[in-house]
Amino acid sequence: MSDQDQAIRPWQRDIYSVFKAANIQHVSYVPDGGHRGLIDLCADDPEIGTTVLTTEEEGVGLAAGLFLGGQRSVLLMQSSGVGNCLNLFTLAENCRLPLVLLVTMRGEFAEFVPWQIPMGKRAGAALELMGFDVFRAEDAKSVGDICSGAIDQAFYSSRSTAVLLSQRLIGRKNWSK
Amino acid sequence: MTKIRSDREFRGFKMIERRPAVAELLKDRGNALVVAGLGSPVYDVFAAGDHDLNFYDWGAMGSAAMVGLGLALSRPERPVIVFTGDGEMLMGLGAFSTIAQHRPANLSILVLDNEQYAETGMQRTATGFGTDLAAVARACGIQNASVLTRPEEIAALQPMLRAKAGTLVGVLKIKPGDQPRTVPEREGTLIASRFMRSLAADQARA
Repeated sequence: MSDQDQAIRPWQRDIYSVFKAANIQHVSYVPDGGHRGLIDLCADDPEIGTTVLTTEEEGVGLAAGLFLGGQRSVLLMQSSGVGNCLNLFTLAENCRLPLVLLVTMRGEFAEFVPWQIPMGKRAGAALELMGFDVFRAEDAKSVGDICSGAIDQAFYSSRSTAVLLSQRLIGRKNWSK
Repeated sequence: MTKIRSDREFRGFKMIERRPAVAELLKDRGNALVVAGLGSPVYDVFAAGDHDLNFYDWGAMGSAAMVGLGLALSRPERPVIVFTGDGEMLMGLGAFSTIAQHRPANLSILVLDNEQYAETGMQRTATGFGTDLAAVARACGIQNASVLTRPEEIAALQPMLRAKAGTLVGVLKIKPGDQPRTVPEREGTLIASRFMRSLAADQARA
């Protein structure tokens, strides 16, 4: 599958619909190929603010400030970004502010770059360790429902939640070109 | 190995006293939202007078400026003032780039720069070795960024914090040394819920 094929996938449109239904007003991200279509959909929506971060850590403070000011947001990152954030997550835990992370996984299926594997293997456990409720989406049809549940649980129950979007769902990266 | 010693005393700084400066900047704060970053800025902001719309960011070092950005974007009608230290700002220099994407008119970031980690034994920070945080902010795209070295400059800065005339970064060169500790609420849920309830109550009255 080429990068072009990753432009906008049906499950990414499902996530975008979930954002709209849940009144998500801001999306911040360090980009990943697996998030590309969703980022494009959000960037084109005048009702959703977007912020490209220099590091995922910034997204935690940003989400906290947005929520304190009355806006719901979602933070998009790749599994490697989870490792960057650990101490920042304590801001949300201490203040019981809901964080919602959508994490595209690397290092778990047909991975070409072995450097992705150490953090990919531990991203889910690291999130659990930091107190997140962690969900995992494996097949395209259930992505929207799982994201909807994670977002609702975060904002209804003041929890930090994360959805791991599996590497198999995102598809193999084409290394042949 | 030769240790480089601070040259700040020789740069002609009269330097600013942190407590009176913060108190003056928060005088007549109007409907401003205030974020205080961990360590001394938390104590300084509390010493200037507790307020429901103070968010004391006791931990998560590096986050204060980004919490301020989130508030500024979600509450464009209100001035947002962040007090942070040089140590915390240095931990998240990228925040200047990220803030410059939006350049919210209502956001001011004030760095209380004593060129040292005051909480941990006065070790020098990179600003003591020459990093100019205002120059970094400008290079990242925040044009209104300057270094303040004289107490007289505080009075001129004070009304700018409420003007909502563009993102502002002020690096206040403050006297090194510890202050009497003034300790606000530490329980994060109370700090956050007080803040959000107060905002909601203001909204309901409006």
